[in-house]
Amino acid sequence: MLALSVCALAAALPAADAQQRAAQQQRPVQRGGESAGELHWWPVRKNIWMLVGAGTNIAASVGPDGVLLVNAGTADKSARVIAAIKELQAQLNAFGFLDVMQPQRGGAETRSRFPVNTHAPPKPVRYIIDTSSLPHSVGGNEAIAASGVTYTGGNVAGTIADSSEGAAVVAHENVLNRMVERDMPFGALPTETFFTAEYKVSTFFNDEGVQVVHVPNAATDGDSFVFFRGSDVIAAGDLFNMDSFPIIDVESGGSINGVLAGLNAILKLAIPEFRTEGGTMVIPGHGRLGDSADVGYYRDMLTIIRDQVQALIDEGLTLEQVIERKPTFGYEARFGSNSGPWTTEMFIEAVYRSLKETSKS
Amino acid sequence: MGFGAAATMNSITIARSRQTRALRGHVMRKVRRLRLAVASFAAVIGGGAATAQMDFSGEWPVVRSQDNQDNPHLGEYVGIPLSREAIRRAEIWDASIQSLPEWQCRPHSAAYIKRGPSNLRVWKEVDPASRQIIAFQTEWLRSTNTPIYMDGRPHPPEYAAHTWGGFSTGTWEGDRLRVETTHMKEDYYRRNGVPQSDTARLTEYLIRRRFQNEDYLTWVIVAYDDVYLTEPLIRSTEYRLNLAQLVPPYPCTIVTEVVRPEGYVPNWLPGKNDQIYSFSDFYGLPRELYFDGAETMYPEYRNKLERVGATAARRAPGRE
Repeated sequence: MLALSVCALAAALPAADAQQRAAQQQRPVQRGGESAGELHWWPVRKNIWMLVGAGTNIAASVGPDGVLLVNAGTADKSARVIAAIKELQAQLNAFGFLDVMQPQRGGAETRSRFPVNTHAPPKPVRYIIDTSSLPHSVGGNEAIAASGVTYTGGNVAGTIADSSEGAAVVAHENVLNRMVERDMPFGALPTETFFTAEYKVSTFFNDEGVQVVHVPNAATDGDSFVFFRGSDVIAAGDLFNMDSFPIIDVESGGSINGVLAGLNAILKLAIPEFRTEGGTMVIPGHGRLGDSADVGYYRDMLTIIRDQVQALIDEGLTLEQVIERKPTFGYEARFGSNSGPWTTEMFIEAVYRSLKETSKS
Repeated sequence: MGFGAAATMNSITIARSRQTRALRGHVMRKVRRLRLAVASFAAVIGGGAATAQMDFSGEWPVVRSQDNQDNPHLGEYVGIPLSREAIRRAEIWDASIQSLPEWQCRPHSAAYIKRGPSNLRVWKEVDPASRQIIAFQTEWLRSTNTPIYMDGRPHPPEYAAHTWGGFSTGTWEGDRLRVETTHMKEDYYRRNGVPQSDTARLTEYLIRRRFQNEDYLTWVIVAYDDVYLTEPLIRSTEYRLNLAQLVPPYPCTIVTEVVRPEGYVPNWLPGKNDQIYSFSDFYGLPRELYFDGAETMYPEYRNKLERVGATAARRAPGRE
């Protein structure tokens, strides 16, 4: 059954009539094919939405230019993500929010075309930006990219026959390298890579610039965060998780100091609206929506834990001894876990190992 | 030992003894206040339901006769049912963190602002058609506006953003207003590093009453926090209506207060913070007292204090 968060959608559409919203809550739109399942949309600002439940939070720019996603979720959720995007577009279309055509209002002509208009079909997914090589970021690349399109023409279309097949997948080149190491399918690999500190989507997308900022050696060695410059929204990827300690894959080049550098870079960009609240909104890799104050807290916590682990290393303690001293105590009930794919001990080990490796180099 | 030294030791002994008595008095006052708060809370929730509603609009200076006018000591955690993790957080907290840019313009959050000395303003937002109250808007000096929605809207889902004021909805229980608040940011229960988690929620009661020709607003706050509290924390504050009051603007500018390395966050390593003994040392008491958490909320705690106080007196310099 569709569990698209219609109330969230309604909150973003102030023009919508309350009765209409209530009716939609009671009778969610049902369509053929895969449903959105337990995925939920939450409006962030302007064209930017947060999709919750796909293995990671997916940030989406949805508008007249089509759809740009930051991360693709896990592979098993791809069909639901595609369905959720179509549902969102259908509902935005129903209120005319994606319709680029304007009603005729020339001269004495004041009639609206809306009573007889049918709305345009949903626009395609055109870009996926992977913020790391972790499976919950890139797992859905293949299926979601295949459902999209890249607009090409001229020489490109003539010489590279498949250049318009599927959406473009953008990532730092280390993401591509890690995915190749893992023998991921060709269709899942990034189609546009960069090796510089920043990458910009070449033109405005849905009325704003989109900037990708590389953060070296954070969760992995290919991490980035994405800044939607008009909406003033940052998709932080795995640098910032509101429901766990950050995942740090040391084998793939991750480090605690890299995560902290990324968080401090986000704080440099972010400007609060009032009293350190709101303003630049930050979509975390996991957990609830945040802002600069939340990123500040997360940065503070990780710095304090880093300092404690470093002090214990300086005392000459082994990893087992460091774990026994519980440097995460104070934050475990909120962010820790004793089970699942990312436990508190795994986090402490990652911090310890990355600090030890830093001290060697 | 010379005369001067003996006199000094005697002074210390007397001072220590006074401090011990002062602590007993200090904690007993807190216990009495807590009992008053519990009693008023019980009176609040125990009253029968009525159909009347109440208007809370107006300018409300806080009645500064409770424990809301002095800064707390570092390490003063009595009266708060802190978890062990909360005590660790408080122990490693360094007050100079407040000088970081991300901390400079923060207001107090919903769980604390009513306990501070900030003046309150309340006004009604009314539906233009039905004339029903949509929300009571509340504003404290140095804080953010927080609406208490009265129109039956649901609380946001768990993945929505949190704010300092949280998200509040109100329902009438007779002429008192019951308020449920969720979606707060992380903050503190006391301004000495005692943490409040962002998963905490509040149940609050607003009671307006008239006493000796003056209008009073009693604001009861019950905090539930699975992360940092082992039991609910119940506190209350009194406001007195004064229509001549103004809540002035309180702008804030973020500046670089201290030149530090990028990314530096002030904090104490566990076991290294001597400042948290400020409270126990000031009153001449053993330092382990403040680890007692919820125990410090109850009247029986005075028995333990008596025992500990006697020990402290025996340990005082000049008696050995």
